[in-house]
Amino acid sequence: MCGIVGLLVKRPALRAQLGALMVPMLTGMTERGPDSAGLAVYTTPVASTQHKLSLYRGQHEVDWVQLRQALSDDMHGEHLIATNGNHAVLTTNADPDAVTAWLAAHAAEIAVLSVGQSIDLYKDVGAPADIAARYGFAKLQGSHLVGHTRMATESAVTPAHAHPFTAGRDFCLVHNGSLSNPHLVRKKLEPLGIEFETDNDTEAACRFFEWRLREGDDLESAVQRGFSELDGFFTFLMGTDRELLIVRDAFACKPAIVAETDDYVAIASEFRSLAHLPGISQATLFEPKPEEIYSWRI
Amino acid sequence: MADLSFDLATQSVRELNGTLHRTPHDSPVRRVVIDHPDGAHSIAVGLNAPISVEINGHVGYYVAGMNKHAHVTVNGNAGPGAAENMMSGRVHVRGFASTAAGASAHGGLLVIDGDASLRCGISLKGADIVVGGSVGSFSAFMAQAGRIVICGDAEDALGDSLYEAVIYVRGNVRSLGADARFEPMGPKDLEAVAGLLAAAGLKHPPAEFRRIASAKSLYHWHADANQEY
Repeated sequence: MCGIVGLLVKRPALRAQLGALMVPMLTGMTERGPDSAGLAVYTTPVASTQHKLSLYRGQHEVDWVQLRQALSDDMHGEHLIATNGNHAVLTTNADPDAVTAWLAAHAAEIAVLSVGQSIDLYKDVGAPADIAARYGFAKLQGSHLVGHTRMATESAVTPAHAHPFTAGRDFCLVHNGSLSNPHLVRKKLEPLGIEFETDNDTEAACRFFEWRLREGDDLESAVQRGFSELDGFFTFLMGTDRELLIVRDAFACKPAIVAETDDYVAIASEFRSLAHLPGISQATLFEPKPEEIYSWRI
Repeated sequence: MADLSFDLATQSVRELNGTLHRTPHDSPVRRVVIDHPDGAHSIAVGLNAPISVEINGHVGYYVAGMNKHAHVTVNGNAGPGAAENMMSGRVHVRGFASTAAGASAHGGLLVIDGDASLRCGISLKGADIVVGGSVGSFSAFMAQAGRIVICGDAEDALGDSLYEAVIYVRGNVRSLGADARFEPMGPKDLEAVAGLLAAAGLKHPPAEFRRIASAKSLYHWHADANQEY
């Protein structure tokens, strides 16, 4: 079992409240996912010449000032690091793939959680309320976000196995359910040069969709193709820098409910995560139908 | 005027259900009102007294599960498993109901004014269900006894592997499940539909409904069917 939450605010004035509106949504899903939690928030994009990387050091000690200096010595460009507990956001005008490769070679204890121009990603093991407090989720600002609370059923409880999963740039996915053919999907993708970081089933779905996006599909076409490639139970919630998308498997095995008002679209596994939202009594409420794709753009 | 009120913004579901469970059959309490359910699970489960319970708002999983004798009304939507395993009484969801509404219910009446999601009435064992809107796929799967009235449409595999339960549907059926078939409406069917619609407070001409029941070809094993039914 897991909990998923998503929120997209329609009015720019509400972007400052994105995190505050979301925290009760995330903690409301604690019973569905008490072992880990995470979220991807889509902020105002960095300059077109820049990218940002969400970094995670876990229990390792990292001297971020020294790391930034070493990176500057090796790689031309401007690099800025803003830390938040054991997470940090590295903003750079160097090639993000080169920076990722440099980090792997020089600071292998650091995990790169996301790469893009808009996405910031936080995930860790522990109770959702503790994680929300640890990283100050209530203060997060942005246009939309994708969050998850995890109760592991098929792979280990580690920060790397927590959701959201990311691949490519500004793409993330969270999953409630379990896939039965992640190894087949992986076997298909690895010969194409696509590398996996964990043995988690959700990562296979994430990398499959991102591969289709790179091959020229739009997100809806990629999901449509996924119906015949991914076998199992799923409610998937996905984010890109521009949109939020939810889809459920043909049997609608895992729950989901959407609340929409003039101000926001809020998505959760259960209504109890939406009950606190302003204007909820006037919201249009519905459950996504099986294998129907619902998406909203900022 | 309620004899008893609960506010789940300040009181727990355990406190509520404990009080309801201790309500004897001849209790002077006849009407209980519950505010701020806010999607909580298991509200008013396991009731065993002829009381009326009104819930003002949306509820989570298993509302009024195992209900006996009580009349439970949800002035909102219900999560998965509404009135599952109901034995008697009546459960009325004024909004929509999520998956597996009325699953394995033995008796009583479940009324859903809006749509019911997938697997409505799965393994039904004798209760009656009236859905004002449409139902999702696999509704009435392996339903053994009881009646389901669907005023709207049905998605795929309606009545798959039915036993003796009967379905009455007014709208379109995307597909019937294995061994389910349309049958002619007889006078008893028209009477049954009229009675159930009246009990649910719905006004449709019974003649607009079609009857679906088991063809009973799955009742016996056929070695030469090659697992294709």
